[in-house]
Amino acid sequence: MTISAALRPPRIWRDENLRGVTIQIVALIALFATIAWLIGNVAANFAALDKTFGFSFLWRLPANYDINQTLIGYDSGDSHMRAALVGLLNTLLVAVVGLVLASFLGLTLGVMRLSRNWLIARIAAVYVEFTRNTPVLLLILLCHGILIHTLPHPRQALSFGGSVFLTNRGFYVPRPLLEPGSWIVVAAFCAGLFALWMLRRRARRRQADTGRRTAWLLPGLGILTGLTAGAVIGTGVPVGMDAPALRGFNYTGGITLLPEFVALTLALAVYTSGFIAEIVRGGILAVDRGQSEAAHALGLSERRVLALIVLPQALRVIVPPLTSEYLNLTKNSSLAIAIGYMDLVATLGGITLNQTGREMETMILVMAVYLLISLAISSFMNWYNRRVRLVER
Amino acid sequence: MNDRHYPPGQHPYLPPPPGSAGAIGWVRANLFSTPFNALLTVAGLWLLYLFCAATIDWFVLDAVIDAGSRAECRAKGDGACWAVIAVRIDQFAYGFYPDSERWRPNLAFVLLFAALAPILFDRLPGRRRLLWFSAAYPFVAGWLIHGGPGLPIVETRLYGGFLLTLIIGVTGIAASLPLGILLALGRQSELLVIRTISIAFIEFARGVPLITLLFVASTMLNYFLPPGTSFDLLVRVLIMVSLFAAAYIAEVVRGGLQAIPQGQIEAADALGLGYWRKTRLITLPQALRISIPGIVNIFIGLYKDSTLVVIIGLLDPLGITRAILADAKWTGLSNEVYLFAALFFFASCFSMSRYSLWLERRLAAGGADVPVKEPSA
Repeated sequence: MTISAALRPPRIWRDENLRGVTIQIVALIALFATIAWLIGNVAANFAALDKTFGFSFLWRLPANYDINQTLIGYDSGDSHMRAALVGLLNTLLVAVVGLVLASFLGLTLGVMRLSRNWLIARIAAVYVEFTRNTPVLLLILLCHGILIHTLPHPRQALSFGGSVFLTNRGFYVPRPLLEPGSWIVVAAFCAGLFALWMLRRRARRRQADTGRRTAWLLPGLGILTGLTAGAVIGTGVPVGMDAPALRGFNYTGGITLLPEFVALTLALAVYTSGFIAEIVRGGILAVDRGQSEAAHALGLSERRVLALIVLPQALRVIVPPLTSEYLNLTKNSSLAIAIGYMDLVATLGGITLNQTGREMETMILVMAVYLLISLAISSFMNWYNRRVRLVER
Repeated sequence: MNDRHYPPGQHPYLPPPPGSAGAIGWVRANLFSTPFNALLTVAGLWLLYLFCAATIDWFVLDAVIDAGSRAECRAKGDGACWAVIAVRIDQFAYGFYPDSERWRPNLAFVLLFAALAPILFDRLPGRRRLLWFSAAYPFVAGWLIHGGPGLPIVETRLYGGFLLTLIIGVTGIAASLPLGILLALGRQSELLVIRTISIAFIEFARGVPLITLLFVASTMLNYFLPPGTSFDLLVRVLIMVSLFAAAYIAEVVRGGLQAIPQGQIEAADALGLGYWRKTRLITLPQALRISIPGIVNIFIGLYKDSTLVVIIGLLDPLGITRAILADAKWTGLSNEVYLFAALFFFASCFSMSRYSLWLERRLAAGGADVPVKEPSA
């Protein structure tokens, strides 16, 4: 390259800043043009079909359909909004119960897979591989099919202790009935919890000051059970049981868990637990072996090595992928519609959509709700992630 | 006791202490090393026994393979009625694809492996030329299965079974890969507008369930197109699935891009390469190589998620099971058909995930053919 060529001012299309600005302006124009085109098409299509856009139908029209599981009061005369709310609560119920079950199962299986016991490790491996490699929808349908076709009719129900009944119409469990004095029991239980927490705090402070450890867990649990039991006996057992009983062809009383709910929750928990197990296993393996060896060398017991050294470090690796598994479980709960569990998609995005013909509005709402749930879970997990993050100096 | 003296280094090897080698030693070390372990082993064996005792009768011993209907099955034995699978296996494979034309999906299926080989195994001789065939494969397969010049058209509503699963999975990956790469590059871009658009798209697609996107495809995609246009449901589903998968691919590729050492990019800058040449020659080849296991995992997920199309009425394997269960002759045999479908999906997904694992280990070893031992616990 000659000197004159090198000194020539750069060509205008080689100027990086200018090029960046141009590309962004073009992209913006293209984006708005596309959006305008889409909205224009929607407007034209709506006009041709004589449809309008708006969300007021949610309050104005009665839903006119029944929902088989309602956590809040609802009947078919209520508005579509109310029906959607019932559906949303059903979604959240499945998601929360599923999360707890899946975390518990996944943690157990992940630890089992690392067991030095060959048989236990193999059993866990087969379970994990099977659940991870089967479509979740298939697991849901399979669980539902097994519950419906394998469990007996209400008249020959599998009974546990005469108060829990498993049938193909659902699971029936007793419902605790709260009588007047029950708030004293609740108060006593809370006081016990508070005492437990105070003891733990004192023990920690004392260990920090003097280096001596004081027992806090057992005495604390003793106080907790003592207070609660005392309150229960003192008030004359204010908690009754409303046990289910067979009347005619079905059970009345107690709490009914629909087969759809049980199948969906179980299938989601089983499916997700396989993924969680792998995450837990990876997290534990990621902790350097030297860490636990050093802890052992310091004379810590096996339990304390796990609790103080390995798990806190493993958690940092585990939390980010765990978040996305929790999100997946929540999103997968939308498959409820395949077995007729009335979640948000089945109410708002299903029957309400079909009755009112408002595809656009209902689908926008359904998607917005899922986006919000996703954002909420991921921001909570990010907050937690920051808390357990390695503090580097 | 042998008290002979040996010169240094001449002592013969002693046998291992009794009970620490061979089968007994293995059982001791792996199943009964501590009392707690022994307890676990016994509990595990007991669980296995319970499981086998409860299922083997139904699965094998009382199962009926040859029958014309559920009633005939029940007359012969009260185990599983596998006859339903034997009778409907064709539908599980092809849906309602016409008998006389089935050589076409068969041929496309064989060609699929020819197209995959150069992508999956990078030491294949003549790989570069074969990759051109891989790039052309989606069009070849589309022509074979759907028809066109020289072949009669087969309507998409006849597609079903595992054929449909494969169509959705392969199209989804083939179409989402380029889009996903662009999105990943956009997300890493220094240009604010491009980055924002990419992030918004990725987070949206990852934040909503696939089933809502499929509902959009089946009920309202036509509203977004000029009045009067309407096209095939399968095509609409394929578009939505591809957009959905692109967001996930983008995240995997982003991981690959972030794993490239900064020195590579700085070296490219120092050589005076512009953005596109830097991307095409330096960053993308390395990032994609790292991303292949992740992309395979996304394909497995897509392959499993393709079962969701049953909810909007397509006849994938689960749609076929619904059709079977709706047939008065076979109704009520849900356990059999679902288990069969589960086994099929397990077999195919398991083998794919083994491949992805193998690849991951090879990549971890720097691409050499050295077996990598799993990290010891």
